[in-house]
Amino acid sequence: MTIDRQTVAKVAHLARIKVAEDRLDSLAMELDEIVAWVEQLGEVDTDGVRPMASATDMVAAWRDDVITDGGYADRVVANAPDPQGDFYTVPKVVE
Amino acid sequence: MSNLIKGKTGEWEVVIGMEIHAQVTSNAKLFSGAPTTFGAEPNSQVSLVDAAMPGMLPVVNAEAVRQAVRTGLALNSKVNKHSVFARKNYFYADLPQGYQISQYEEPIIGEGEIEIDLEDGTTRTVGIERLHLEQDAGKLIHDQLPEKTLVDLNRAGTPLMEIVSRPDIRSAEEASAYVAKMRSILRYIGSCDGNMQEGSMRADINVSVRKPGGPLGTRAEVKNVNSLRFIRQAVEVEARRQIKLIESGSEIVQETRLFDPNKGETRSMRSKEDAHDYRYFPDPDLLPIEFDDAFIADCKATLPELPDAKKHRFMETYGLSAYDAGVLVAERETAEFFETAAKACGDAKLASNWVTVELFARLKEAGQTLADSKVGAEGLGGLLALIKDGSISGKIAKDVLDEMFETGKGASEIVEAKGLKQISDTGALEGVVDKLIADNPGQVEAYRGGKTGLIGWFVGQVMKETKGQANPAMVNQLLKAKLDG
Repeated sequence: MTIDRQTVAKVAHLARIKVAEDRLDSLAMELDEIVAWVEQLGEVDTDGVRPMASATDMVAAWRDDVITDGGYADRVVANAPDPQGDFYTVPKVVE
Repeated sequence: MSNLIKGKTGEWEVVIGMEIHAQVTSNAKLFSGAPTTFGAEPNSQVSLVDAAMPGMLPVVNAEAVRQAVRTGLALNSKVNKHSVFARKNYFYADLPQGYQISQYEEPIIGEGEIEIDLEDGTTRTVGIERLHLEQDAGKLIHDQLPEKTLVDLNRAGTPLMEIVSRPDIRSAEEASAYVAKMRSILRYIGSCDGNMQEGSMRADINVSVRKPGGPLGTRAEVKNVNSLRFIRQAVEVEARRQIKLIESGSEIVQETRLFDPNKGETRSMRSKEDAHDYRYFPDPDLLPIEFDDAFIADCKATLPELPDAKKHRFMETYGLSAYDAGVLVAERETAEFFETAAKACGDAKLASNWVTVELFARLKEAGQTLADSKVGAEGLGGLLALIKDGSISGKIAKDVLDEMFETGKGASEIVEAKGLKQISDTGALEGVVDKLIADNPGQVEAYRGGKTGLIGWFVGQVMKETKGQANPAMVNQLLKAKLDG
């Protein structure tokens, strides 16, 4: 087994996903199976093939450096739980 | 000069690497069409892309790519024709996406090097490891509400260049010189305005200490230092803290620290244990950035003469010292001002002195920059030309410059209006000198009896009599001839 319960707990914490203690073992097993399945890709000979950042053989389109957006703070915070004026608010974050 | 720091157990060497974040000069953000201007109303410069609303897709700003390439070329660095944006994953209230779009394994710019200028006139080479493009985060305001932190995303998504040096820097002075040179280069080519107060350029400093020649020590990172003076102080205090710690038998913890200029100390930022587990991966929303040699050549064609090249040209063409040339080229505007003034008066050394000493002193006192100055380069050149042709003395010229500085009038105009033109007419001066000698037999006798220092008194009297307008060289010559003869 390559993925153990500690790894699951750590990844869940990094992703801010709450996982109950009694789910860790079963999740570890499931994830292990998924990773093992993906690892079949290792059987393909990729010598001399450059690592891909995208599945399509395309490069990025660029936008011109012109202002075409913004100016609607009300829309930006429209769905925020507790906006103050045009600010979002979050529970106090102290460094 | 030795850069070693003395501790209780002998000497220590400081090893420094820098990460500079420089905001790219652009109208719009890195991946959206929202503006980047500083100081706007909260969340007024935010697109739905910057706010990370579901379904929004980033599209890269061509100007950010172009400026990164120009900067890479100016840093003598390798330009990568293929680069990839990656997600750096972490959660913080100023980062709406839950990840920062950055570059990781394949940055747009690779290795290079720059030359830094030290105070003793020598230079050193510092290696550049990479430059990559990334998004800035939003701003958090903690002091407005007791229980809440306010979030303003205006800065979120602003294009940054992160420029990483090699650990080649060896002292506080070199660290500050490195940032000064970087700022100068960025401002010359216009890829960043270099404004450290407004945060458009900020430095993270990686500091470690070791016994000379020994293995590298554990480093601590001092975050977001925003002035050259603070960079020096931060390096000094952090190096001393580490030396003291090691010498008392403790170990350095690899961590992020904050420099507090008021207390003159660095202190640990309460960082989470997982802070550095960013789980980078290529951003699936963005395709690789690619361009060809012609694009690089176009970028190169837009580069001006860079500070180092200009410095060497000033030394060779005008015979300036390394120090003076360094001061003049630090800002492109100053260098251009100097060259125009030098051409206008035909004396580069005179122009160099008057720009770096007289004009700079007046600007500093008035809290102005060269751009605000009422004295233009042609104007200063005109003043210096009057010194050159003997019309006014250097001393009078200082008064004339004061008035030019206040009113913006031309030098000749002021000299004419106030009748300041120097008396270089031998006949007129001779009369004054003769009268002086006739009126002061005692002093003349004392001078002739060996108190030759009295010549200064005689010169002073002539200057007084002529209201400072006599040509001092001519007065000296006349007096010597009459008194000694």
